[in-house]
Amino acid sequence: MRRKERIDRGIKVRTEGIYAISSWREIVYLVGPRALLIIGLLSLPLVLVLAPYWKRVINIMCVYALLALSFDFLANYVGLVCLGGAFFIGVGGYFTAIFNVYLGLPFYLTIPLAGICGAIFCTVLLLPCLPLRGVYFAIVTLMYPLLATRVVEAFDILGGTNGITGVDSFPNAYLESYAIILLVLFFLFAMRRFVNQDIGLVLRGVKDNDQSVRASGINVTHMKALAVFVAAFVGCLGGAYLAHLYMWAGLSLFALDFSIIPIAAVVIGGGGTLVGAIIGTVILVPLSEFLRFFGTFRIVIYCAALTAFIVFKSEGLMVYAQRKYHQFERWAKV
Amino acid sequence: MEVVLYGIINSVILSLYALGFTLVYSISRLPNFAHGALYVTCGYLVFVITNNLGLPYPLAVVIGITATSAIGAVIYRFILIRIRGMEISEIIATYAVGLAILEGLRWGGLRGMTFVLPTFYPGSVILFDVSIDIQRLIIVAIGIMTFIGLYLFTHFSRIGLALRGIAQDERAAMMLGIDSDMTAVVSLAIGSGLAGFASILVLPLGNIVVEAGYTVLIFAIAVCIIGGLGSWGGAIIASFIIGFAQILTEKFLSSHFTMLVAVLAIIVTLLLKPSGLFGKQKELEERV
Repeated sequence: MRRKERIDRGIKVRTEGIYAISSWREIVYLVGPRALLIIGLLSLPLVLVLAPYWKRVINIMCVYALLALSFDFLANYVGLVCLGGAFFIGVGGYFTAIFNVYLGLPFYLTIPLAGICGAIFCTVLLLPCLPLRGVYFAIVTLMYPLLATRVVEAFDILGGTNGITGVDSFPNAYLESYAIILLVLFFLFAMRRFVNQDIGLVLRGVKDNDQSVRASGINVTHMKALAVFVAAFVGCLGGAYLAHLYMWAGLSLFALDFSIIPIAAVVIGGGGTLVGAIIGTVILVPLSEFLRFFGTFRIVIYCAALTAFIVFKSEGLMVYAQRKYHQFERWAKV
Repeated sequence: MEVVLYGIINSVILSLYALGFTLVYSISRLPNFAHGALYVTCGYLVFVITNNLGLPYPLAVVIGITATSAIGAVIYRFILIRIRGMEISEIIATYAVGLAILEGLRWGGLRGMTFVLPTFYPGSVILFDVSIDIQRLIIVAIGIMTFIGLYLFTHFSRIGLALRGIAQDERAAMMLGIDSDMTAVVSLAIGSGLAGFASILVLPLGNIVVEAGYTVLIFAIAVCIIGGLGSWGGAIIASFIIGFAQILTEKFLSSHFTMLVAVLAIIVTLLLKPSGLFGKQKELEERV
């Protein structure tokens, strides 16, 4: 009988507490992966300077990355499965279009404002299902994007089926790319900090054992509302950016892609790691550009990959990679 | 009179949508988000079998419903069985399967308005001065027969009693020798079969379109939430509430708002009585 034994590498044990770092090797071990991600993302617009089409793909990829971050945060740290990421995108996009076209605010004001207003709007709408456990949140979030489309069509508000046109574009291409890349990097690290603080612990408590959180005198619904606010804020910022990128806010912001790709990205990248969400989008979105030829068959491919990962490799790529990076394995006799 | 008659028809249609979903949820506690996809799949299969293979319609219906049941059983046996109990994964996996089926059908050519199932009996009759398609009357009749049949099945047959046993207390049922996985397979097969059955009945009223998958799923879920997840009687009463509310809005406002009615009903229910009108779970358990 043999079993696989996993042991933390010595270097990991030493670098765990920052004070113990004693050599360049350990600093590289610690900083390397993070630097790789940061530099990699930041250099993308420079590398693709001759391919404006792919630069645009990168921008859209970053929007998906924001959504995936918000999904990962909600699902794996708070236990709320949001099947309607498109709703955040749509709300953010419409808010920014209203601020920009009707009120004439510049883009550096509309995007944060749309983020905040959209987050409040989404939180209020999702409030009825927050005191409940179970599948309610998933169901209601699934409905909202579909419903929003119907409402905009039926009342013929906000430009109806034509959408709101004439949203300002960004002044130059570099600002366009770096605005969203920096946003993604900022929220990646900010979110990780957020979940590692006390409040993150409480949120994980809400996911795993809400009765104990309640017994500690903390209002579970307030915590869930706060988490939804944070997630919706991140999502709405993505939507607001997208409206400026397309110079248009319309019904296609509520499209199914915005709901399903982030979920697939998180599952493939590794749920609960936050970085995994980004890695997942970096893999999936360019892939989906290559598969553009297949039309809606792309969604079938995502769903198949998603199901396969959930069933056969539920930890995802990032958790696997982290394990390989931090631990070595050997066969041990039992 | 028109409102009453069409209200009843609409309500029966809604409860047919919801029956499969609530059956699976009440027995195995599995939210089957692929329900709407199975509904469309069955309709499309029957269409393909009758039009492309040229088999007679009744045979096609039997094959279609059997195939849909088989798909449901396969979903459980190969996917859900491995992730059972992990709620997040269950939702994502069934939703992904449903999406894959629906978008796959769209890609495979299910577009436009050319996909129509034949009605069982053409024509219409005048009933209380209201003209009604015979198909709609058939839906009501068969729908009511289905409710009764399902009641008899779950109360007087061995398998049905086993299903109810698992639904009431899984551990005690397992000690009496009822296999939990087996009943889950059966419940998913029956639930999917019911989705297919509903599609055979309802789809002749319109075209087979992919969007119906999403609508059916949403209405099924709305009915289940309002009636109380896992309660069959509640589901039927809830479908009458939503059904009549929809017909009234359609008559006095506009048909755009029918889906809005369902969602508003859900939100009001969640605010006032979170476990639904006839929910079996106690409010305290469900409400943190």
